[in-house]
Amino acid sequence: MTVMTAPEKLDELLDEEARGAAPDPAPAPETSGSTKTSSVILIAESGDLEKTWATTILASTAAASGMQVSIFFTFWGFMALVRPEKRLVGENWMQKMLSVMNRPGIDHLKLSRLNFMGMGPWMMNRLAKQYGVAKPGELLEMAMAMGVKILPCQMSMDMFGLKREDLIDGIEEPVGAATVLGMIAEGTPALFI
Amino acid sequence: MAIEITQRLDARNLSCPMPIVKTAVAIKGLAPGQLLEVLATDPGSVKDFAAWSSTTGNELVEQGVEDGVYRFVLRRK
Repeated sequence: MTVMTAPEKLDELLDEEARGAAPDPAPAPETSGSTKTSSVILIAESGDLEKTWATTILASTAAASGMQVSIFFTFWGFMALVRPEKRLVGENWMQKMLSVMNRPGIDHLKLSRLNFMGMGPWMMNRLAKQYGVAKPGELLEMAMAMGVKILPCQMSMDMFGLKREDLIDGIEEPVGAATVLGMIAEGTPALFI
Repeated sequence: MAIEITQRLDARNLSCPMPIVKTAVAIKGLAPGQLLEVLATDPGSVKDFAAWSSTTGNELVEQGVEDGVYRFVLRRK
Protein backbone atom coordinates (compact mmCIF):
# COMPACT_ATOMS: atom_id res chain seq x y z
CA MET A 1 0.00 0.00 0.00
CA THR A 2 1.20 3.49 -0.72
CA VAL A 3 0.43 6.63 1.18
CA MET A 4 -1.77 8.88 -0.92
CA THR A 5 -0.96 12.54 -1.19
CA ALA A 6 -3.75 15.07 -0.93
CA PRO A 7 -5.82 15.30 -4.12
CA GLU A 8 -6.24 18.48 -6.14
CA LYS A 9 -9.71 19.07 -4.74
CA LEU A 10 -8.28 19.57 -1.29
CA ASP A 11 -5.60 21.82 -2.67
CA GLU A 12 -8.20 24.45 -3.50
CA LEU A 13 -9.21 24.59 0.14
CA LEU A 14 -5.72 25.25 1.37
CA ASP A 15 -4.72 28.67 2.52
CA GLU A 16 -1.63 30.37 1.21
CA GLU A 17 0.59 29.00 3.98
CA ALA A 18 -0.11 25.44 3.01
CA ARG A 19 0.05 25.97 -0.71
CA GLY A 20 3.84 26.15 -0.53
CA ALA A 21 3.75 22.48 0.39
CA ALA A 22 1.77 21.58 -2.72
CA PRO A 23 1.16 17.85 -2.97
CA ASP A 24 3.19 15.83 -5.40
CA PRO A 25 0.80 13.81 -7.58
CA ALA A 26 3.16 10.83 -7.60
CA PRO A 27 2.46 8.34 -4.79
CA ALA A 28 5.04 8.65 -2.04
CA PRO A 29 6.85 5.61 -0.71
CA GLU A 30 5.33 4.18 2.44
CA THR A 31 8.32 4.86 4.60
CA SER A 32 8.81 8.43 3.45
CA GLY A 33 9.18 10.83 6.32
CA SER A 34 9.73 13.81 4.07
CA THR A 35 6.35 13.82 2.34
CA LYS A 36 4.61 17.10 2.99
CA THR A 37 1.02 16.47 3.93
CA SER A 38 -1.36 19.37 3.82
CA SER A 39 -4.18 17.97 5.91
CA VAL A 40 -4.62 15.71 8.93
CA ILE A 41 -7.53 14.36 10.94
CA LEU A 42 -7.13 13.51 14.60
CA ILE A 43 -9.61 11.05 16.09
CA ALA A 44 -9.94 11.91 19.78
CA GLU A 45 -11.40 8.76 21.30
CA SER A 46 -9.75 8.19 24.68
CA GLY A 47 -10.76 11.27 26.64
CA ASP A 48 -7.67 10.77 28.82
CA LEU A 49 -5.96 13.95 30.00
CA GLU A 50 -2.56 13.06 28.60
CA LYS A 51 -3.90 11.93 25.23
CA THR A 52 -6.18 14.93 24.87
CA TRP A 53 -3.12 17.04 25.63
CA ALA A 54 -1.27 15.35 22.78
CA THR A 55 -4.29 15.82 20.50
CA THR A 56 -4.54 19.55 21.18
CA ILE A 57 -0.77 20.08 20.89
CA LEU A 58 -0.72 18.31 17.52
CA ALA A 59 -3.82 20.14 16.30
CA SER A 60 -2.56 23.61 17.21
CA THR A 61 0.92 22.94 15.85
CA ALA A 62 -0.44 21.50 12.60
CA ALA A 63 -2.68 24.54 12.17
CA ALA A 64 0.31 26.78 12.90
CA SER A 65 2.20 24.92 10.16
CA GLY A 66 -0.50 25.72 7.63
CA MET A 67 -2.16 22.31 7.60
CA GLN A 68 -5.91 21.74 7.32
CA VAL A 69 -6.79 20.12 10.62
CA SER A 70 -9.95 18.40 11.84
CA ILE A 71 -10.52 16.68 15.16
CA PHE A 72 -13.26 14.06 15.37
CA PHE A 73 -14.35 13.76 19.01
CA THR A 74 -15.92 10.40 19.77
CA PHE A 75 -16.90 8.24 22.76
CA TRP A 76 -14.88 9.15 25.89
CA GLY A 77 -13.17 11.82 23.84
CA PHE A 78 -16.55 13.43 23.23
CA MET A 79 -16.75 14.50 26.89
CA ALA A 80 -14.12 17.16 26.14
CA LEU A 81 -16.69 19.00 24.02
CA VAL A 82 -19.16 19.42 26.87
CA ARG A 83 -19.06 22.88 28.45
CA PRO A 84 -16.76 22.59 31.50
CA GLU A 85 -19.36 24.26 33.76
CA LYS A 86 -21.90 21.51 33.03
CA ARG A 87 -22.16 19.01 35.86
CA LEU A 88 -25.14 16.80 35.20
CA VAL A 89 -25.91 16.01 31.57
CA GLY A 90 -27.97 13.34 29.83
CA GLU A 91 -31.64 12.60 29.53
CA ASN A 92 -32.16 9.33 31.41
CA TRP A 93 -30.75 8.03 34.70
CA MET A 94 -27.97 6.02 33.07
CA GLN A 95 -26.69 8.97 31.07
CA LYS A 96 -26.95 11.21 34.13
CA MET A 97 -25.06 8.70 36.26
CA LEU A 98 -22.39 8.49 33.58
CA SER A 99 -21.85 12.25 33.74
CA VAL A 100 -21.57 12.09 37.54
CA MET A 101 -19.03 9.26 37.48
CA ASN A 102 -17.12 10.81 34.59
CA ARG A 103 -17.32 14.58 34.90
CA PRO A 104 -17.49 16.07 31.40
CA GLY A 105 -15.55 19.06 30.08
CA ILE A 106 -11.98 19.50 28.90
CA ASP A 107 -10.96 20.97 32.28
CA HIS A 108 -11.94 17.78 34.13
CA LEU A 109 -10.13 15.02 32.30
CA LYS A 110 -8.46 12.16 34.13
CA LEU A 111 -5.05 10.60 33.61
CA SER A 112 -5.09 7.06 32.25
CA ARG A 113 -2.59 6.15 34.94
CA LEU A 114 -1.57 7.69 38.27
CA ASN A 115 -4.87 9.53 38.46
CA PHE A 116 -5.14 8.98 42.24
CA MET A 117 -8.67 10.37 42.52
CA GLY A 118 -7.67 13.62 40.85
CA MET A 119 -4.32 14.09 42.62
CA GLY A 120 -2.49 13.24 39.38
CA PRO A 121 -4.26 15.81 37.17
CA TRP A 122 -3.92 18.43 39.93
CA MET A 123 -0.16 17.88 40.03
CA MET A 124 0.04 17.87 36.23
CA ASN A 125 -1.72 21.22 36.12
CA ARG A 126 0.70 22.65 38.67
CA LEU A 127 3.67 21.34 36.70
CA ALA A 128 2.19 22.72 33.48
CA LYS A 129 1.93 26.15 35.04
CA GLN A 130 5.48 25.95 36.38
CA TYR A 131 6.90 24.99 32.99
CA GLY A 132 4.79 27.30 30.83
CA VAL A 133 2.84 24.46 29.23
CA ALA A 134 -0.59 25.47 27.91
CA LYS A 135 -3.47 23.29 29.11
CA PRO A 136 -5.63 21.23 26.72
CA GLY A 137 -8.55 23.66 27.02
CA GLU A 138 -6.35 26.61 26.11
CA LEU A 139 -4.74 24.71 23.26
CA LEU A 140 -8.11 23.66 21.86
CA GLU A 141 -9.33 27.24 21.98
CA MET A 142 -6.23 28.42 20.13
CA ALA A 143 -6.48 25.59 17.63
CA MET A 144 -10.07 26.57 16.89
CA ALA A 145 -9.06 30.23 16.51
CA MET A 146 -6.53 29.08 13.91
CA GLY A 147 -9.24 27.28 11.95
CA VAL A 148 -9.08 23.73 13.28
CA LYS A 149 -12.45 22.09 12.61
CA ILE A 150 -14.11 20.30 15.50
CA LEU A 151 -16.30 17.42 14.37
CA PRO A 152 -18.55 15.98 17.09
CA CYS A 153 -19.57 12.35 16.72
CA GLN A 154 -23.34 12.10 16.29
CA MET A 155 -23.56 8.59 17.76
CA SER A 156 -21.69 9.56 20.96
CA MET A 157 -23.85 12.65 21.33
CA ASP A 158 -27.02 10.56 21.05
CA MET A 159 -25.85 7.76 23.31
CA PHE A 160 -24.72 10.11 26.09
CA GLY A 161 -27.98 12.07 25.76
CA LEU A 162 -26.23 15.36 25.01
CA LYS A 163 -27.89 18.36 23.41
CA ARG A 164 -26.25 21.01 21.26
CA GLU A 165 -26.53 23.54 24.09
CA ASP A 166 -24.48 21.24 26.36
CA LEU A 167 -21.52 21.62 24.00
CA ILE A 168 -18.94 24.38 23.56
CA ASP A 169 -19.40 27.04 20.87
CA GLY A 170 -17.66 27.15 17.52
CA ILE A 171 -17.86 23.48 16.62
CA GLU A 172 -19.16 21.91 13.41
CA GLU A 173 -22.40 19.98 12.97
CA PRO A 174 -22.27 16.41 14.33
CA VAL A 175 -21.07 13.83 11.81
CA GLY A 176 -20.59 10.09 11.56
CA ALA A 177 -17.83 7.63 10.72
CA ALA A 178 -18.50 7.99 6.99
CA THR A 179 -17.40 11.62 7.06
CA VAL A 180 -14.11 10.70 8.72
CA LEU A 181 -13.52 7.79 6.37
CA GLY A 182 -14.39 9.99 3.40
CA MET A 183 -11.57 12.33 4.36
CA ILE A 184 -9.18 9.41 4.80
CA ALA A 185 -10.22 8.00 1.43
CA GLU A 186 -9.31 11.32 -0.14
CA GLY A 187 -5.81 11.06 1.26
CA THR A 188 -5.97 12.80 4.62
CA PRO A 189 -3.91 10.87 7.17
CA ALA A 190 -5.66 10.05 10.44
CA LEU A 191 -4.31 9.64 13.95
CA PHE A 192 -6.39 7.67 16.45
CA ILE A 193 -5.67 9.10 19.89
CA MET B 1 23.40 44.26 5.17
CA ALA B 2 21.58 45.37 8.28
CA ILE B 3 18.34 43.56 8.82
CA GLU B 4 15.20 45.40 9.76
CA ILE B 5 12.92 43.66 12.22
CA THR B 6 9.27 44.55 11.70
CA GLN B 7 7.90 42.85 14.77
CA ARG B 8 9.21 41.15 17.91
CA LEU B 9 7.61 38.26 19.74
CA ASP B 10 8.50 37.26 23.27
CA ALA B 11 7.89 33.51 23.64
CA ARG B 12 10.24 33.10 26.61
CA ASN B 13 9.19 30.70 29.38
CA LEU B 14 6.66 29.08 27.08
CA SER B 15 6.79 25.41 26.29
CA CYS B 16 5.97 23.45 23.14
CA PRO B 17 3.87 24.19 21.13
CA MET B 18 3.28 27.80 22.22
CA PRO B 19 6.37 29.44 20.63
CA ILE B 20 5.41 28.00 17.24
CA VAL B 21 1.70 28.69 17.63
CA LYS B 22 2.34 32.32 18.64
CA THR B 23 4.84 32.72 15.81
CA ALA B 24 2.33 31.42 13.27
CA VAL B 25 -0.27 33.88 14.50
CA ALA B 26 2.18 36.81 14.64
CA ILE B 27 3.68 36.25 11.19
CA LYS B 28 0.22 36.46 9.61
CA GLY B 29 0.16 40.11 10.63
CA LEU B 30 3.25 40.88 8.54
CA ALA B 31 3.51 41.66 4.85
CA PRO B 32 5.48 39.22 2.68
CA GLY B 33 9.19 39.88 3.04
CA GLN B 34 8.92 41.50 6.47
CA LEU B 35 10.86 40.06 9.38
CA LEU B 36 9.69 38.67 12.70
CA GLU B 37 12.06 38.19 15.61
CA VAL B 38 11.15 35.54 18.17
CA LEU B 39 12.76 34.98 21.56
CA ALA B 40 12.28 31.59 23.20
CA THR B 41 13.71 29.57 26.06
CA ASP B 42 12.40 26.15 25.00
CA PRO B 43 15.46 24.15 23.87
CA GLY B 44 13.21 22.11 21.57
CA SER B 45 12.43 25.27 19.63
CA VAL B 46 15.76 25.04 17.76
CA LYS B 47 14.59 22.00 15.82
CA ASP B 48 10.96 23.08 15.86
CA PHE B 49 11.60 26.42 14.19
CA ALA B 50 13.71 24.78 11.49
CA ALA B 51 10.93 22.27 10.83
CA TRP B 52 8.20 24.92 10.89
CA SER B 53 10.18 27.11 8.52
CA SER B 54 10.58 24.28 6.05
CA THR B 55 6.90 23.25 6.31
CA THR B 56 5.46 26.72 5.87
CA GLY B 57 8.09 28.27 3.61
CA ASN B 58 8.70 31.21 5.96
CA GLU B 59 12.46 31.53 5.76
CA LEU B 60 14.57 31.26 8.91
CA VAL B 61 16.95 34.13 8.24
CA GLU B 62 18.92 34.12 11.46
CA GLN B 63 19.17 32.15 14.65
CA GLY B 64 21.30 32.21 17.73
CA VAL B 65 21.44 31.65 21.44
CA GLU B 66 22.55 33.94 24.23
CA ASP B 67 22.29 33.24 27.97
CA GLY B 68 19.84 30.42 27.37
CA VAL B 69 17.57 32.57 25.20
CA TYR B 70 17.12 31.42 21.63
CA ARG B 71 16.57 34.02 18.96
CA PHE B 72 14.99 33.36 15.58
CA VAL B 73 14.45 35.77 12.73
CA LEU B 74 11.87 34.68 10.19
CA ARG B 75 10.90 36.23 6.89
CA ARG B 76 7.20 36.18 6.03
CA LYS B 77 6.61 34.23 2.85
